[in-house]
Amino acid sequence: MSESDSRATWAASASLAGGISTEVERGRDELAALLAITLNVNGRLWHLEVDTRTSLLDALREHLRLTGTKKGCDHGQCGACTVLVNGRRINSCLALAVMHEDDEIVTIEGLGEPGDLHPVQAAFVECDGFQCGYCTPGQICSAVGMLTEVAAGWPSHVTADVSSRQITLSGEEIRERMSGNICRCAAYPNIVAAIRVIAQGAPE
Amino acid sequence: MRSFTYERATDAQAAVAAVSRPGAKFISGGTNLLDLMKLDIEQPGHLVDISRLPLRDIEELPDGGLRIGAQATNSDVAADPRVRTRYPVLSQALVSGASGQLRNKASTGGNLLQRTRCPYFYDTAAGCNKRNPGSGCSAIGGFNRIHAILGASDSCIATHPSDMAVAMTALQARIELLDADQSVRRVVITDFYRLPGETPHIETVLRPGEMITSVVLPPPPPGRQLYRKVRDRASYEFALVSVAAIVSAGQETIDEARVAFGGVAHQPWRSVEAEAALTGRPATMATYRAAAEAAMRDAVGQGHNDFKIELAKRTLCRTLAQLAWGAEEAR
Ligand SMILES: Cc1cc2nc3c(=O)[nH]c(=O)nc-3n(C[C@H](O)[C@H](O)[C@H](O)COP(=O)(O)OP(=O)(O)OC[C@H]3O[C@@H](n4cnc5c(N)ncnc54)[C@H](O)[C@@H]3O)c2cc1C
Ligand code: SF4
Ligand code: FES
Ligand code: FES
Repeated sequence: MSESDSRATWAASASLAGGISTEVERGRDELAALLAITLNVNGRLWHLEVDTRTSLLDALREHLRLTGTKKGCDHGQCGACTVLVNGRRINSCLALAVMHEDDEIVTIEGLGEPGDLHPVQAAFVECDGFQCGYCTPGQICSAVGMLTEVAAGWPSHVTADVSSRQITLSGEEIRERMSGNICRCAAYPNIVAAIRVIAQGAPE
Repeated sequence: MRSFTYERATDAQAAVAAVSRPGAKFISGGTNLLDLMKLDIEQPGHLVDISRLPLRDIEELPDGGLRIGAQATNSDVAADPRVRTRYPVLSQALVSGASGQLRNKASTGGNLLQRTRCPYFYDTAAGCNKRNPGSGCSAIGGFNRIHAILGASDSCIATHPSDMAVAMTALQARIELLDADQSVRRVVITDFYRLPGETPHIETVLRPGEMITSVVLPPPPPGRQLYRKVRDRASYEFALVSVAAIVSAGQETIDEARVAFGGVAHQPWRSVEAEAALTGRPATMATYRAAAEAAMRDAVGQGHNDFKIELAKRTLCRTLAQLAWGAEEAR
């Protein structure tokens, strides 16, 4: 699409209050519906103009250049794209960027950085919780979200009595609660060990 | 993915009005719809975002039941203390489904309306009456290991993949709907889903543009509740067969039973046959086996899925045994 077309479409969409984007003619993708949105990522506001089809994952990677979050399957089947939205872990590949205005989004870059690692990041380093590292940002964001869920007393599929709010984070519980994150290198034993370090303060 | 326009609905009335335009669809968590849009199976031209509507609450009803807002996430419902203590079968079903990440996004309404996992439905090069009416059913005579053994037709043998809906079927939940003309109605879950017949693309009694606003759980039936799911891997996998059972037993006999199966039909499958075979009978393995036989009397395999008939029977027996005698003794 030419520069001027793109501006015209954007201007039309931006002028409509309530977020209704421009009319789209079927099959003519060059007339894509663009929306100007603001995302709150890692405590910073980012203004961007996205095609309505843009997933949160692609917005993070391609627009904001936050490439720590990874794309594995793009269909909710691997967990590589896990980020935290309002403190809860979700798959950013099955989320539309335009649906996440007004949310607080945290990616692996926002959890910590070299020299100032989040405790879960440090535990993964300590326990060698990865091989190639591709699934690792998703694993770590997922683990952070999961630990919050455990602290809130959420049950899991392996919790013997779902009515009990007392969750003991056994190896079995960790594996079940982390099953939404696939590791192609099968670094699972050390991923579980890293999470145990956080949960119990010491490796098993 | 085809391009679409987007709007965020401000209230339920505005949402049903907005979705009345041609090609428009609601989006809640998006975990099923976006997946299908990426594959060009769903092709909406306009999305009405209902994820922020104030339909997230789980409220106590005067009769002892609960009303679950359509936007309550699968995680919120599973973790709700009232659901966990009074409707444990629902909590168990929810946490057996998908992953932690998906449950945080998936909504109650979207879960009910998620579409089948039939691989030919996903393969746009294959004939599929559900995706493209009149194009045939590739699963009949094809790979049909995960397909239906009850209620199927010559047009479609797909199953409904939801775990949550199976527990809600045992609980006889009612689904509250808001129509585009702003009228409201309630449908019992066993009347909500349709068998495939000759129109497998029409899956529920939902009218075009109608929105699920909430699910009402009647007061919990007496007895103990259990959801059991059998699948190819231990987690993050759809059911081959699942059972939701609620059994109330006295000293001698079973007073009341509710039985629903998942993974066996185009809809969560309530088995009144099994319920009748249990009621008034002693809580013994012979009774359970008779109930299982009754439940599967009309079951028909398609070849690869023949094993599901026996699997469903055994899963029911095991579930009932565990309810009566505990997990260890039932082994
Ligand atoms: C990898 C993977 C594994 C999974 N495993 C399981 C599993 O083991 N068990 C299981 O049960 N599920 C499983 N799921 C499915 C998951 O539970 C559903 O995707 C989810 O519940 C859908 O909810 P949603 O809010 O995201 O729906 P959406 O994707 O937003 O919507 C689904 C459909 O419902 C319509 N809709 C949504 N809300 C309403 C409403 N209030 N009124 C009217 N129409 C509405 C939409 O228009 C759309 O057609 C899995 C999904 C994935 C991706
Ligand atoms: S079983 Fe149903 S969904 Fe699967 S190919 Fe046949 S018609 Fe399509
Ligand atoms: S990339 Fe999102 S789950 Fe695989
Ligand atoms: S470390 Fe390689 S995929 Fe997990």
